[in-house]
Amino acid sequence: MIETLAAKDYYVATFLLLGIGTYVMIAAGNLVKKVIGMNIFQTGIFLFFIAAAYVEGGNPPLLTAEGPYVSPLPHVLILTAIVVGVALTAVALGMIVRIYAEYGTLEEDTLQEVRRSD
Amino acid sequence: MTDLVPFAVAVPILGSLVAFAAGVLRSKSGWAVAVAASVAQLAVAGTLAVAAFAAPGDRIEYVVGGFEVPYGIELVVDGLSATVLVLVAAVSLGVLAYARRAGPRSNPFYATYLLLVAGLSGMTVTGDLFNMYVFLEITGLAAYALVASGDRGRSAVAALKYLLVGTVGASLFLFGIGYAYITTGTLNMADLAEKLAANGGLAATGETALLTQAAFVLIVVGLFVKVAVFPLHTWQPDAYAGAPDTVSGLISALVSTVAAYALLRVVYTVFGTGFLDANPVAHGILVGGAVVSIVVGSLLAVSQSEVKRMLAYSSVSQFGLIVAAVAIGNGTALVGAAVHLIGHAVMKGGLFLSAGLVATETGARTVEEFDGLVKRSPVGAGAFGVLAVSMVGVPPTIGFAGKWYIALGAVEAGAWSLLAVIVASTLLTLAYFARLVERMFFREPAPQPAVQRASTTNATENPDPVADGGDARGASLGMHATVVAAAVLAVALGFVAFGYGELLQPTIDHLLS
Repeated sequence: MIETLAAKDYYVATFLLLGIGTYVMIAAGNLVKKVIGMNIFQTGIFLFFIAAAYVEGGNPPLLTAEGPYVSPLPHVLILTAIVVGVALTAVALGMIVRIYAEYGTLEEDTLQEVRRSD
Repeated sequence: MTDLVPFAVAVPILGSLVAFAAGVLRSKSGWAVAVAASVAQLAVAGTLAVAAFAAPGDRIEYVVGGFEVPYGIELVVDGLSATVLVLVAAVSLGVLAYARRAGPRSNPFYATYLLLVAGLSGMTVTGDLFNMYVFLEITGLAAYALVASGDRGRSAVAALKYLLVGTVGASLFLFGIGYAYITTGTLNMADLAEKLAANGGLAATGETALLTQAAFVLIVVGLFVKVAVFPLHTWQPDAYAGAPDTVSGLISALVSTVAAYALLRVVYTVFGTGFLDANPVAHGILVGGAVVSIVVGSLLAVSQSEVKRMLAYSSVSQFGLIVAAVAIGNGTALVGAAVHLIGHAVMKGGLFLSAGLVATETGARTVEEFDGLVKRSPVGAGAFGVLAVSMVGVPPTIGFAGKWYIALGAVEAGAWSLLAVIVASTLLTLAYFARLVERMFFREPAPQPAVQRASTTNATENPDPVADGGDARGASLGMHATVVAAAVLAVALGFVAFGYGELLQPTIDHLLS
């Protein structure tokens, strides 16, 4: 059991990150922390792609290099996904700035109280 | 003709950039740019649709950048995607007529608006799974920003919730793509389908099958979030109710619709009927999501007091119907899914815009305030009534045609329990729309309608009318025209729906083969 897990340590880390990210998103009361949780969640998926693309003793796919070659596609996909993630974080933080300007708080329960009394 | 396909995405992106740049030279010039880009987009979509239906069952293909097919990104237009493409272009143009007066009016708003259209069109035409993820996120980003474009704090909170939940959905979709890629080594949908079938992905046992099942479940659940299937719908009522009226009309008509199209496309182009037959659990997820969504969505809609929230929950229930059609998965049901996607977009977009028109004219935003509405806002109340009747599914409206096809598909497949739920959904829809129609047409208005408007506008909504970008002058001709056009379309499309169904049949047969 332990050996199987140790052989797939990157995947174990992937699922830990997914779990931690989800937990932070649900449990954290602070809106910025929720966004951080979202980032951790996405990072888990990025790691999953990169770990899956790993080839023992592999080389980049160049004519001058020896095989076996590593497919560059997953890395390129994740590069795109990281860009998307940065854009999402920027938009999320922009909204948080507006929420703070409007209500003067970033705590979820305080925010609910303020909005109920509106 | 094939060279026209990338323009379906390029035209709105270009328009978006122009709208943004034009704002530097002259403020409030975004609307004109958006209209020009939308007209061009409609022309492109229309031409592609004519070509796609001229050769039924055929696909128009374009490979971006001249790579070979399984390696490069492929854009594909068939009868189904051409339909959705035209729908996106037409609805976005129609909503613009409403937005002229209703606002928001800033150039960045119209740049984001066109970006949303680009994302939706991209999701529609792409034949590559990862490319679909990218367009899904572009759609998402633009939609979050549009929801936040209302100036109230409520919009920002709703948009942030939408962003968090939507991102989890899109990330799960990406995760599922990862599993599919590991199993097959390809991202092209058609190629993926062949390889999944070839490497035994359809068998119920073995490691490859496990990877395929994981891919299916993650992709479907990810798209369920975007479609807003119960219980993953939590972002949707807040987002629709918190957004400005123009934006609720646009995103309720298009965003979930295109996500549902993506669900149909992925389930049948990539995984296929063979996979669903071999994996009862996969089929069960679709059926379960559909049934729960239809029933609980309707019940939640009945219990709402705010009209826009009620309409939002109604969407949860209507998309349950479309997921049910995907789960049934025979030719008739899938034609029904396409017809109901069009119908729902026209009806729900129209309903949100009518609700916005009513709110502009009378300030009525809750169910109680709709009492005797026909005297205060005859056009808004009339259009709302027609669209509500169509949504319930009274012939000869488009709402009837969609439900008829889906129910007929359920009969052909012998899915009697689903059929019962589908028929019950009509009654449930009647439950929440009948009370509104009754209040609008058969009750006396509340005693102080004139005061109501001023107090609602000032107290709850908007302390600073200028920042909203809206206009204090009330409803314009464009707003009335859009709402009436939606109501007329909901009835008129009902007459052509069955002809369209026959036209679409070869495409669906090709999809299922």
